[in-house]
Amino acid sequence: MATSAPENRSTFDDLSPRSLLGYYAAKFRAEFALQLAYRGAMLIWLFGLIIQPLVSLVVWTTVADSNGGEAGGFTTGEYAAYFVVLMVVNHLTFVWHMWEFGWRIQTGFFSPMLMRPIHPVHNDVVENLSFKAMGLIGIVPAAIILAVVFNADFGETSFGNAAAFVPALLLAMALRFILEWTLALAAFWMTKVSAMNDFYTFLSFFLSGMIAPLALLPEPARIVANILPFRWTVSFPVEVLLGQVGSGTIIVGFGVQLLWIAMAVLILRRLWAVAASRYSAVGA
Amino acid sequence: MHALTVICTYVRLGMLNVLQYRGDFIFQIVGILIGLVTSLLTIGIVFNQTDSLNGWTTDDLIALVGIQILMRGVISMVIRPSMQQLMEGVRLGTFDFTLTKPADAQLLASVSQFNAAAVADIVIGLGVLVVSLARLGATVGFADAILFVVLLFAGTVMVYSFLLMLSTCSFWFVKLSNILVIFGTMFENAGRWPITIYPGWFRVTLTFLIPVAVAITVPAQSLTGRLDWQTTMLALGLTALFAVGSRWFWKFGLTHYTGASA
Repeated sequence: MATSAPENRSTFDDLSPRSLLGYYAAKFRAEFALQLAYRGAMLIWLFGLIIQPLVSLVVWTTVADSNGGEAGGFTTGEYAAYFVVLMVVNHLTFVWHMWEFGWRIQTGFFSPMLMRPIHPVHNDVVENLSFKAMGLIGIVPAAIILAVVFNADFGETSFGNAAAFVPALLLAMALRFILEWTLALAAFWMTKVSAMNDFYTFLSFFLSGMIAPLALLPEPARIVANILPFRWTVSFPVEVLLGQVGSGTIIVGFGVQLLWIAMAVLILRRLWAVAASRYSAVGA
Repeated sequence: MHALTVICTYVRLGMLNVLQYRGDFIFQIVGILIGLVTSLLTIGIVFNQTDSLNGWTTDDLIALVGIQILMRGVISMVIRPSMQQLMEGVRLGTFDFTLTKPADAQLLASVSQFNAAAVADIVIGLGVLVVSLARLGATVGFADAILFVVLLFAGTVMVYSFLLMLSTCSFWFVKLSNILVIFGTMFENAGRWPITIYPGWFRVTLTFLIPVAVAITVPAQSLTGRLDWQTTMLALGLTALFAVGSRWFWKFGLTHYTGASA
């Protein structure tokens, strides 16, 4: 696959697992220090990640309340639980690179990254994971407070649900990262990606369960959400933890998540080879 | 007269800027339309389950969305970019030049940027508002229309005063430009719904700390016949208080401004 890429451009397979491990350990330390230095910016991001589910939570609990405590098959407490868990899952799967790649290319920020003998995706994985880990310091207390204030109902959550939640969440994290990182590569071809990003965000708002639980969407939209990766990036882990899906669906869900990850990785490898060889920074 | 010449010059520069970046303008319109469709579909899904959200009907909420888009245009036309520029100027030291110019520094700083592309928000917002009013079959009398315009103006003044106070803080704390992001988040997310649905503490935040309420909910209440005179007086009084307070704070801040390089 490296046929079209010049020699000095990194592919995915240049490093041994051992040196990769060393890279990750050092990079994590550096990244944590960086996040700590810019904790103000971190707080502002967290603010956005809390406000959005909070607004949906308020809207839907209001709907349920005005309907006598239940609407669309969810009680007020179940809506509260749904959006509280969604807030945590959305934070842990959150990826911002689609909004950053255009800037990286225009400013030439990508040039040194591409020169290094290691694939840039590793840098972004570490950045992303350390942001999420640090962010939990704000997100978890916020989730607990909201769960208490809005009387979240976790009555359907069994021990098995909690156990199945962990792999569902990890797979969702991997899938959303690979998927959106691959889509971000569009910036190598287009100078302006904002319209594409707006459209993707629009789809994911509805189809990943951010605006409302998927069960409330019209049938055709639910089918699309099942076929496309959106449900499997955010909504699925939430449904698993809250006991909204049976064990059969959970197993199938893991399969769909793995399938999408495999597909996204394949596309990413093909696309990256072409993208990197097309790269020309402004002024380079 | 002098102030008017200053403003006109900045408007002309802003228009030239849009003409220069036509492609950006198109993408911006696409973004606004996608945001509008998001709002409308969300309202559709909510009203699939209920007939009224805290007393608001579908068309009332569409009117509110129209006002939100309209206000976004009004704010992002001059106020927001100018305040961003002001904070950046304080950080970089270029604000010194603003102070040496022979015009009121607050005026100069407040109109320094003109983002003509915001016209798109204003036109689309007005369009949504007109359609929703037609669907409501509301007969907006002359007095109602005047009150609505006055409240929109009050909302604009309120947001301006709030952002001016934030910017003035940058005389002491240099890295504050990110706070504008918090305002944007509140405006886009929380401003999409009438603040009456939120719990008390959140409503207070949206009224006094991050004034989205006066800017969006109150004008919407006036158009849909939900506004009592107490709320009107409170909104206008609060606006006056913010306007006077921010002017005073600005002058106080200026006496403490030392310049980035000095």
